[in-house]
Amino acid sequence: MNIDLNLILPEIFLSLSIMSLLMIGVFKKNSSNLIFNLSILTLFILAALILNLSSVNKILIFNSSYVIDDVANFMKILTAISAIFVLSISTDFLKSLKIYQIEYPILILCSILGMMVMISSNDLIVFYIGLELQSLALYVLAAFNRDNVLSSESGLKYFVLSALSSGLLLYGCSLIYGFTGSTNFNEIANNTNQVPYGLTFGIVFILVGLAFKISAVPFHMWAPDVYQGSPTSVTLFFALVPKIAATCVFIRFLYVPFVNMIEQWQMIIIFISIASMIFGAVAAIGQKNLKRLIAYSSIGHMGYSLAGIATGSSEGAQSSIIYITIYVIMNLALFCCLFMLKRNNEYFENIEDLSGLSKNHPILSLSLLVILFSLAGIPPLAGFFAKFYIFIAVIEQSMFFLAIIGLLSTVVAAFYYLRIIKIIYFDPSKEKYDSNHSLGLRISLIVSTIFLVFYFTYPNSLLGIISKINII
Amino acid sequence: MNIPILSSLILLPTIGAIFIFFSRSKNEKYNSSKYVALFITIANFFLSIYLWLIFDQSTSDFQFVETREWIPGFINYKVGVDGISILFIILTTFITPICVISVNKTIKSRLKDFLISILLLETLMIGVFCSLDLVIFYLFFEGGLIPMFLIIGIWGGERRVYSAFKFFLFTLLGSVLMLVAIISIYWLTGTTDVEKLYEIGIDAKYQNLLWLAFFSSFAVKTPMWPVHTWLPDAHVEAPTAGSVILAAILLKMAGYGFIRFSIGLFPIGSEYFVPLVYILSLIAIIYTSLVALMQEDMKKLIAYSSVAHMGFVTLGIFTITQQGLEGSIFQMVSHGLVSAALFLCVGVVYERMHTRLIKDYGGLVSIMPKYAIVFMIFALGSLSLPGTSGFIGEFLILMGAFKKNFLVATVASVGVILGAAYILWLYKRVIFGKIKNQEVTKMLDLNKHEILILWSLAVPIIFFGFYPEPLINTMEVSINNLIDTYNSNLSNNIVMSK
Repeated sequence: MNIDLNLILPEIFLSLSIMSLLMIGVFKKNSSNLIFNLSILTLFILAALILNLSSVNKILIFNSSYVIDDVANFMKILTAISAIFVLSISTDFLKSLKIYQIEYPILILCSILGMMVMISSNDLIVFYIGLELQSLALYVLAAFNRDNVLSSESGLKYFVLSALSSGLLLYGCSLIYGFTGSTNFNEIANNTNQVPYGLTFGIVFILVGLAFKISAVPFHMWAPDVYQGSPTSVTLFFALVPKIAATCVFIRFLYVPFVNMIEQWQMIIIFISIASMIFGAVAAIGQKNLKRLIAYSSIGHMGYSLAGIATGSSEGAQSSIIYITIYVIMNLALFCCLFMLKRNNEYFENIEDLSGLSKNHPILSLSLLVILFSLAGIPPLAGFFAKFYIFIAVIEQSMFFLAIIGLLSTVVAAFYYLRIIKIIYFDPSKEKYDSNHSLGLRISLIVSTIFLVFYFTYPNSLLGIISKINII
Repeated sequence: MNIPILSSLILLPTIGAIFIFFSRSKNEKYNSSKYVALFITIANFFLSIYLWLIFDQSTSDFQFVETREWIPGFINYKVGVDGISILFIILTTFITPICVISVNKTIKSRLKDFLISILLLETLMIGVFCSLDLVIFYLFFEGGLIPMFLIIGIWGGERRVYSAFKFFLFTLLGSVLMLVAIISIYWLTGTTDVEKLYEIGIDAKYQNLLWLAFFSSFAVKTPMWPVHTWLPDAHVEAPTAGSVILAAILLKMAGYGFIRFSIGLFPIGSEYFVPLVYILSLIAIIYTSLVALMQEDMKKLIAYSSVAHMGFVTLGIFTITQQGLEGSIFQMVSHGLVSAALFLCVGVVYERMHTRLIKDYGGLVSIMPKYAIVFMIFALGSLSLPGTSGFIGEFLILMGAFKKNFLVATVASVGVILGAAYILWLYKRVIFGKIKNQEVTKMLDLNKHEILILWSLAVPIIFFGFYPEPLINTMEVSINNLIDTYNSNLSNNIVMSK
């Protein structure tokens, strides 16, 4: 067996860096700053290494259990870049919570490694290993602020529920192995000509596990509590990065091994999608805590991204990738704003704390205005295009029911985004917040906001890259 | 043409807005941003007049067309004007500077933000009237929600939050179905280019559903009964300049949409649903006129009168006759001027007395004679007295309606009488009679600004009342062409179905 190890150079590099960073962190006192910077550097090099691979066509390695293709490369780069942003904007926050420790970036790198394995997996076992690696790192991260009861509670809650879902997922894997005789995606695809019921059960179990990871209804219950309880920087990581990998796995899992069984899974995905869109829109209305609201809104957003996958067409998968990309940028910007609500080393996270923000902080509130309208999907902001591509794909498959439900729930969802804008712009103002934010935070906010505003002038910037991606 | 004149029209206000955004004037009292906004909007007005002058009235083709690749192989940025849209563009560029002048006293806080909103709104409105691609149209159409939401919400009256939400959610709800329809059209025909769609036509099977989807959006925006309820709230709470833009231009986007898309793209659907539009329009005309009679708030009364007048417009459009369509467009321009002027008139007294209730006024004629005169012109324009532009519009619409359906036209004519009743009664209660409220005696007559903006609206109302030719000539060829295409599409379909 002759394998070109260059193909998995990014993964090798990342594992080695994690180990060496851990060594440096253990043996050198007070090295948090160094480790943080080195982690960011690692991620930059990682992104460059993956970019270097992007000229490679689809290649299967390790007995075709690991796949390197355009989707994988794009999703990995997206993961790495969003992790860079996550690390660079959360340093201030971690310092003020006194949890600025070496374990934090290393755990993030570990979960990134897990995600990369997930994204590239072409085999149920490899997929499961990647999933567990990222989940284990996430459990610890959720409970990272260990002196805080809420944080510990959310870590435990996430652990118990996530372990349960992983169990179901594993059970699904074993069912599929039992009925098709293989764990390899391509071989499963070859053996799905006649469909025994057991195989459908296997798919359902795996979809349950995956839906849990992206917090889609009806497996969303953990999300609001965990989002609220975890330290905000961890919430940021939760809200963005695992969803990229999970979306990719959704696409790969449904489009490669079970592409012939579309009748079996399409209804399930449509149901999950519709339920998430409606639930996300309705449940967010009554929220008072911003992080909780973001949890519900991300449930809704996952519904839209699943709607693209539900089409079963490669346009649908592409639109779903575009959606997740724009979603990541929007939420990144939103969390930047959340990190700016700081007064005397105390962070504020209730919607009421935004009251009258526009009087004292015109730039911050203008960015929030753009971000919230973009999240609501109002043209000409980027969020509109994300939804637009999804609905193009959905309507191409004549799934009008899904499209109309989706669009109507954007109207409901618009209500709670408007409510925040109302509080920022129409309500009486409160005390000023600090304005000495770190440079990374400012740049991240400005860059992402400018992207959201000006995306419409050159929509091909994203579409051009993604439309070249071969999904299958 | 090498100079992209339409794109400059669209972009100029945005450039102004960006300029104002970056200019930080510390001194609140001397605010130069107002002069920047005024300069930009007036320059835009002259640009649009220049556009009208070089516009070729003898052809129904789209002129000054600009095409740029936007999303390759899918959507092109395409703008152009014909005889119908150019009038709306001029209306927009004419009303906006008036709004900018009128903010002088009404907007007390955050003047800069207000001007930015108005300028961005102008960009979006001009974009709506120029765009020749359904997706581009949708972008501009929906984008207008954001600045208008802020204008009502930040600078509005007491119940501004409720009104702003109602406005936003109603319009958004109507529009999302249009988005579904636009994407469906793309998959049915492979293009969203309006000119190409006019040539290809859309499969008759789908036209009814698509028509309904577009109708849901335009009916909310027009607004037609029974989805008109957001309009009185939005008008009452919006600041004067906001009401003016809302009544004068935003409502016209829907009327324009009916002509350009509903009739242009779905002739079979339009023909099928004509009775529905007739009934809704008649209810709007009669019912909202009666509601207007009972209003105690001046702004609300004018808001309901807008619904009634827009009822005439939709009625005229769906007669699909030369007179009906010309009348509708004329009525939209005229109503744009008259309703803007009436809202400004209410604004004038509201600034002095801080009340909009009719019963607080009375006997203004002896205290504010100049005001009484202009108000009278606008009131007469609103009830469409011969010699004002309103008359030409309503007369043509009724002519078109009589051609098609006698009963509908008769009922609509009753609406004209009701229209005269509520506006004259309003005038009588506010301007004539005894002075009941002693506060009124302290009111000052119009100042120079107000004289300038009110008379600049009064002059075209009278001018076009006596001499409607310039407007009619501009739109005539385009409308002829529209009706010809419409009829040939219909007859083709009948042949095919046989």
